[in-house]
Amino acid sequence: MNPQFSWNLITDVQWLWSVPSVLNAYRAGVVVAVLAGVVGWFMVLRRQTFAGHSIAVTGFPGAAAAVYAGLSATLGYFGFCVGAALVIAYYTRGSGSGDTVGERAHSSALIAVVQAFALALGALFLQLYGGFLNSTADFLFGNFLGITSTDVLVLVLVAVVVLTVMAAIGRRMLFVSIDPAVAAARGVPVRALNALFLVLLGATVAEVSQFTGSLLVFALLVMPAATAQVLTVKPALGLAISVVIGVLATWIGLAWAFFGNQGTGFTITTLAFGCYLLALLVRALRTRPRAAPTATHGGVLEGTS
Amino acid sequence: MGTTDTQRSGAQVSQLSGAVLELRGAAVAVGGRRLWSGVDLTVRPGEFVAILGPNGVGKSTMIKVLLGTLPVAAGQVSVLGERPGGAGDQIGYLPQRRNFDGSLRIRGVDLVRLGLDGDRWGVPLPFASRLSARHRAAEARVREVIELVGASSYADRPIGECSGGEQQRLLIAQALVRRPRLLLLDEPLDSLDLPNQAGVAALIHRICRHEEVAVVMVAHDVNPILSYLDRVVYIVSGGAASGPAEEVITSETLTRLYGTPVEVLRTADGRLVVVGGPEAPALHSDRHHSGHAHDHAHAASAPAPRGLGRQVRRR
Repeated sequence: MNPQFSWNLITDVQWLWSVPSVLNAYRAGVVVAVLAGVVGWFMVLRRQTFAGHSIAVTGFPGAAAAVYAGLSATLGYFGFCVGAALVIAYYTRGSGSGDTVGERAHSSALIAVVQAFALALGALFLQLYGGFLNSTADFLFGNFLGITSTDVLVLVLVAVVVLTVMAAIGRRMLFVSIDPAVAAARGVPVRALNALFLVLLGATVAEVSQFTGSLLVFALLVMPAATAQVLTVKPALGLAISVVIGVLATWIGLAWAFFGNQGTGFTITTLAFGCYLLALLVRALRTRPRAAPTATHGGVLEGTS
Repeated sequence: MGTTDTQRSGAQVSQLSGAVLELRGAAVAVGGRRLWSGVDLTVRPGEFVAILGPNGVGKSTMIKVLLGTLPVAAGQVSVLGERPGGAGDQIGYLPQRRNFDGSLRIRGVDLVRLGLDGDRWGVPLPFASRLSARHRAAEARVREVIELVGASSYADRPIGECSGGEQQRLLIAQALVRRPRLLLLDEPLDSLDLPNQAGVAALIHRICRHEEVAVVMVAHDVNPILSYLDRVVYIVSGGAASGPAEEVITSETLTRLYGTPVEVLRTADGRLVVVGGPEAPALHSDRHHSGHAHDHAHAASAPAPRGLGRQVRRR
């Protein structure tokens, strides 16, 4: 089963994709990475990573409850994640405009409450289920070999729906995220968009959870997006970088996991983390010669120590 | 929205007796408490009007009423010939001091662009400007308005790294980018240093006159804009007065408004000094004492109603 890694990458890839479960993992990985790259970019911009994390944590009891009830874990992930998103959206709806930073700070306590209770519920369901500690690890840290063709189909469908909605509301979402007061004055429905984003985030988190597990969702949801925002201030380019990093980390991470006999959670997270560190390094190198903020673009000021 | 070149034509402006803004006996209540009432005001194209008054009296609330986000409790309000909120795309709005987080990774130029088309569906495509004339025009308009406010040198930097004055100029560009007929500015000079206050005030006046945009500005210090103003609305808790600055900023009017003796003195060189008033102000002018130190000589012993500053320069 375990092949040796050779330096002939083409044969490696051919070998990987000849195994149905690995091929499914690759398919799922690209879907999940693209979706997480886009939605995660907005989440990082909106400073809602904490909400995203809490939604992810509720996916754990969701999956556990679904398995306990004899349903598919997928159903549990989606049900609980979207449900948690709705709860957070309802209780943090605020005024819809104005000082959103304050509103979000205020809402963080509530989000933490949801998160803690979700973890407790997860423990309960696992206890009720009795045994199968394996699935605990899967729920928390992911298991790419368990992904079936049906799972991939569900992932694709959900991703298409979420990305279509994001494409339709992208510009408005950017406006609302950066400048809610002016957006509201322009007639953009700020509250509805804030709630809608949380629901989309819930669906995205549910997808990513199935791949990376509840605890390592951020490997694909935050790390590529944060890396992109370090590298560029242009929205379109940032989104593209976020997606590319996510896909590359997933694909290389899968190969690494397979040949190195590691967990995907570890490999993908490590690669994404490496990208983030590299980006910080690149920015540090890039900004140092431009110490004077008035320097023209591309013009290098020398000797500004 | 086709890029707004034709949005504000002279013909449109002249409808409804030429008024951009009309308030008749307007009053507003927030949480059951009436903030102000009896406000009458007419603003015509190209006019510059200031809303003055002490803190917490509901000056920003007035802007919210004009935007239609808050209902009037009594009276009538007509904005650009419609009820408030009905003509939102012809209004440029600058909310009270927004601080962009230093780590916000968005360029000033993107922020201005959102002011142009941020309320549209869809996503901005990366290379659209190479393919479509409409996108090129939009980009040109964004650059033009950034040039107008003098922000070209820093519009491509992350907004969070810009100074307060730079952010404010970019935000004014954002409010202006659609060539609005009415500009609602909430304390745009707040937290700027003196040279920037004078610069931004002059900029707003220039826009107001040259682009025929009516400007309604909330201010707690009238000094930087006094020479530009066509009219002021002075709000105190419960009441309000409006008219030309030289008629409103008088001992009689302010005494009547505050219900307590307030004196407006005229100095030898023709400036107005406001003395008295119920509210001992935190000396707002403290933070820009450079060059105005002599203005405050009397202020410490004679608190003036906040909103006028200590001194009113008369032309």
